[in-house]
Amino acid sequence: MAENIRFHFDVDGENFTSAGEASVAVKKKLRQLGFPPDVIRKVSIAMYEGEINMVIHADGGTADVEVTDDEIVIILADHGPGIPNVEMAMQEGFSTARDNIRALGFGAGMGLPNMKKYTDEMNIDTEVGVGTTITMKVYL
Amino acid sequence: MAEYKHSVSLEVSKCKGCTTCLKRCPTEAIRIRDGHAVIHSDRCIDCGECIKMCAYKAKKAVHDSLSCIEKYKYTVALPAPSLYGQFDHMDNIGYIIRGLKDLGFDDVFEVACAAELVSAYTRLYIKRSDVKKPVISSACPTISRMISMNYPFLIDNVLPILPPVDIAAYLAHEKAKADHPELSDEEIGIVFISPCPAKVSYVKNDFAGERNYITDVVSVRDVYFALLDVMKEREDEPLENTESGMIGIGWATTGGESTAIFNERYLAADGIENCIRVLDQIDNEDITSLDFVELNACDGGCVGGAMTVANPYIAQARLQALKRYLPVSPNRPASEWIPDQYFNERGIEYTPATLLSEDRKIARQMMQEIESIKASLPQIDCGSCGAPTCMAFAEDIVRGEANVDDCTVIMKMLFHQYLAEHKEKSVLDKIASDPILNLKKENAE
Repeated sequence: MAENIRFHFDVDGENFTSAGEASVAVKKKLRQLGFPPDVIRKVSIAMYEGEINMVIHADGGTADVEVTDDEIVIILADHGPGIPNVEMAMQEGFSTARDNIRALGFGAGMGLPNMKKYTDEMNIDTEVGVGTTITMKVYL
Repeated sequence: MAEYKHSVSLEVSKCKGCTTCLKRCPTEAIRIRDGHAVIHSDRCIDCGECIKMCAYKAKKAVHDSLSCIEKYKYTVALPAPSLYGQFDHMDNIGYIIRGLKDLGFDDVFEVACAAELVSAYTRLYIKRSDVKKPVISSACPTISRMISMNYPFLIDNVLPILPPVDIAAYLAHEKAKADHPELSDEEIGIVFISPCPAKVSYVKNDFAGERNYITDVVSVRDVYFALLDVMKEREDEPLENTESGMIGIGWATTGGESTAIFNERYLAADGIENCIRVLDQIDNEDITSLDFVELNACDGGCVGGAMTVANPYIAQARLQALKRYLPVSPNRPASEWIPDQYFNERGIEYTPATLLSEDRKIARQMMQEIESIKASLPQIDCGSCGAPTCMAFAEDIVRGEANVDDCTVIMKMLFHQYLAEHKEKSVLDKIASDPILNLKKENAE
């Protein structure tokens, strides 16, 4: 059995234009590992949405991706404001993004729903004022 | 799959093994080995960046020579519209068309004319509700190859209509047969005058499949110099003018193809790095409400190709002046829907080029090793080892193509350690203590 591989990225909260870089880097690595395009796409989109969320709401955070024998686990952790009402946040179109963020084309309220849609498992661990950790799994 | 024929080559004797091309290659296809550059064939997308960057002119675009005209009984020139932007103080495209005939071509079929047909058919195509949006232009072969390697989910977004040059070649071939029924296919030369090496590869690899009528590809540069000679000999105004309009000529520069869809929901980008970023964002479904995406690997569009002469932005300014009084689009399609022979039957195939191993377990072990080697490297991406980044170097080591000793930063560190262990503070001290050197110094004083 091959050892699990873990990739770690710091997501810079200051810089909007670099948001998505971790997901691009992971995509490249998954291609090298020979994963089928649909798996790569699921991981990439879920991670990209999560990265953007961390930049918009939480001033950045960390992204960790672990590749095991039967799944790819994505852990996005931040020390942002937390999500007061997870159920509401999961609804398509629900958004708390400020107008200046929306003007950039972000904050359409599809982030969390898309992350759920593209992964097989998603768990949100959040505490208001402390931060949010989202764990997503894509089965292989 | 048959081996890919490239149009970017290296003249080993001219290459100094510097790191300029190494650092600029968008697909990390170049390594420096034994003092000179080596191109990784399966990763090269023929963008020509290395040709443009090389200070020693060691990188060359491979193309056919203009003497190819002599091989055929009848030859038709297919000038790319970017050719028209190469000439200073030229106010009539007719000079180029006449000049091409003076060079020995029997006929001229402008690629810009076919481009107007492609624009018209693209407008029909994107109106359909069952096509995957955004539709991505199929015109730049470097972008198509990039998509085939890295963006399998975007393959269906690529416009299935053949690029203008293939349609021009088909129509030129049909016209030659109609005008001269006595000619056999082998006697007709269809010569594309190309601004870039990527188009050469596109033709030589038969990417248009059965529908490739182009027999030879020559460079805009060669034709430019040959034309200058024949154009000087004539002082009278040419009788014929271009048969293309604003739209066709607009294809030579970024935005030309997009504005011709008559719809504001388009994006036009140029420069390979910008194009990669746009593709990444489309791949992540982060660009919505777009109907059409035009991506040109070269700055400024086709006028920025590695086989042109003029600066792309100067060429663009000249083209603006040339097309100013032309009709918008004199070439109109004859049919209501896209004719079968205008479709690219071969399509684009997903061909990932960076796979570590076919066996995913082995690939994972290799990736593990890469990550741990990378962590021990200096992370300054200096390129001295012959790989563009420390990460690429770590991959090369694990693939067995490089040795960790190739890292000059690590070697320097080991050297200092060695000196320290031998109680010699530095090389300079050693030189200072050298009696012969000291003697020379005394003499000099």
